[in-house]
Amino acid sequence: MDQDLVIVGGSYAAAQVAASARSAGFAAPIRMISAELDLPYQRPPLSKGFLLGKVDAKALPIRHEAFYRDNGIDMILGTAVASIDRAGRSVTTAAGNRIGYGQLVLAVGARPRLPPVPGIDLDGVLVLRTLADAVHLRDRLPAVTTAVVIGGGFIGLEVASVLAMLGKTVTVLEAEDRLLGRGAGASLADYVMAVHRARGVDIRLRTMASRLEGEGGRVRSVVTSDGSTIPADLVVVGIGVVPQTALAEASGLACSGGIDVDRFARTADPTVFAIGDCSWHPGAFARRSLRLESVQHAQDQAKAAGATIAGRPTPYDAVPWFWSDQYDVKLQMVGLIHGATHHAVRGAAAGGRFSVFYWHDDRLVAIESVNRPAEHMMGRRLLASGTTVSPAEAADEGFDLAARIAPKSGAPPPA
Amino acid sequence: MPRIVFIQPDGQQVEVTASVGTSVMQAAVHNNVRGIDADCGGCCSCATCHIYVEDAFVARLPAPDGMEDEMLTGTAAERLPTSRLGCQISITDDMDGLTVRVPDRQV
Repeated sequence: MDQDLVIVGGSYAAAQVAASARSAGFAAPIRMISAELDLPYQRPPLSKGFLLGKVDAKALPIRHEAFYRDNGIDMILGTAVASIDRAGRSVTTAAGNRIGYGQLVLAVGARPRLPPVPGIDLDGVLVLRTLADAVHLRDRLPAVTTAVVIGGGFIGLEVASVLAMLGKTVTVLEAEDRLLGRGAGASLADYVMAVHRARGVDIRLRTMASRLEGEGGRVRSVVTSDGSTIPADLVVVGIGVVPQTALAEASGLACSGGIDVDRFARTADPTVFAIGDCSWHPGAFARRSLRLESVQHAQDQAKAAGATIAGRPTPYDAVPWFWSDQYDVKLQMVGLIHGATHHAVRGAAAGGRFSVFYWHDDRLVAIESVNRPAEHMMGRRLLASGTTVSPAEAADEGFDLAARIAPKSGAPPPA
Repeated sequence: MPRIVFIQPDGQQVEVTASVGTSVMQAAVHNNVRGIDADCGGCCSCATCHIYVEDAFVARLPAPDGMEDEMLTGTAAERLPTSRLGCQISITDDMDGLTVRVPDRQV
């Protein structure tokens, strides 16, 4: 028990830190305590293929049950952790069971924010975070004709695209003056808005839900901040998430924008780590502390934490990347546009295939690509190697981006 | 269920069974085959499930689509004519014995 690794959480970061700790030679028992009933599963398909019926729940687990068994990872599912006793190095479950640890990982994630408006608790008002949420939403879809999506971020827009593809009447309410305010630049957001509008989605910027109205406890319409009433038999809320910091805070750990950790994902208590959506970490690429919500972040930070836990301190320094699929449009982003001072477009939005390059002064900090996966992959190599190109070069489709990157090193491929 | 054989860079062979309709990437990840990262979970967005299909099987697989073809330009290990993304190969009954090589790195 003195050596045991206890992981609180059950998603990407939790699964990966267990796997990475084992790969790095961690030999003591590992226990994963998750409030969810399912083994860690893939979340990106939940707002895309799963809702469309193209991806079956059976295809979602990140690893099979055998993986955990073969690697000595004890899965304690359907179990919430109520408290942490850091002095006594143990956690206590909601059912009152005490579980000791040598090292503790908090991979507790985040929970969807809900707007504080009347009617938000009506039946038919849903969020999308977990598999249970997705099943709930999917099962309701056949009876839905008109839907309102509150929030024009990635989740909201992915759900809107699924609803539109299924022939529903869809309205998206976005409080800001453009879509994807937190997640992407204005050029990409404008393009995405045009795509949705071409598919018949009614996107209303600078518009919030003031109240939801129902009948017999079921939602029937949304009244907006400009006074209009939109019929709705389904409302999906996607206005961001709040990191789950309560457990950490109650145990005395510092939480500013999430659970505060260092570049090894360690809190001020060297036996406690926090990874994934809940972690407020020093971003090596971002050059500031931040919280990231992405599969890439969860996995890469978990890999660093896993190695560190196994006694091989490994800093987390990956370049952030992210993607979204809406209709037949593939959006891929690498880097962070926060603080960018200028940008250049390669290709043309009119053709539906382009990339937007962003700089902070002379430093290339982000590339957002629409249906240009090769450029996205190139961009990941550019940013990871710290290579920059000029705005004129980026905008010139004749300029060979690959030529700027040092040749790949490493062993030749297998014969 | 079809059997899929993964050959590691060091020559080690791992044979797994896979359900029809799942992907070569899923067969690898579910069975903890080393060297298949599959960071994006099979959305053709990360190119970390890169594999080399053994010559005898190349012609038996549907050709990569445009998206996969573009993603393959960004693989960490060298792209060869036999390069594919494991997430884009859907397993069918007639793929029994499909043999693929795992590259020495994915990122």
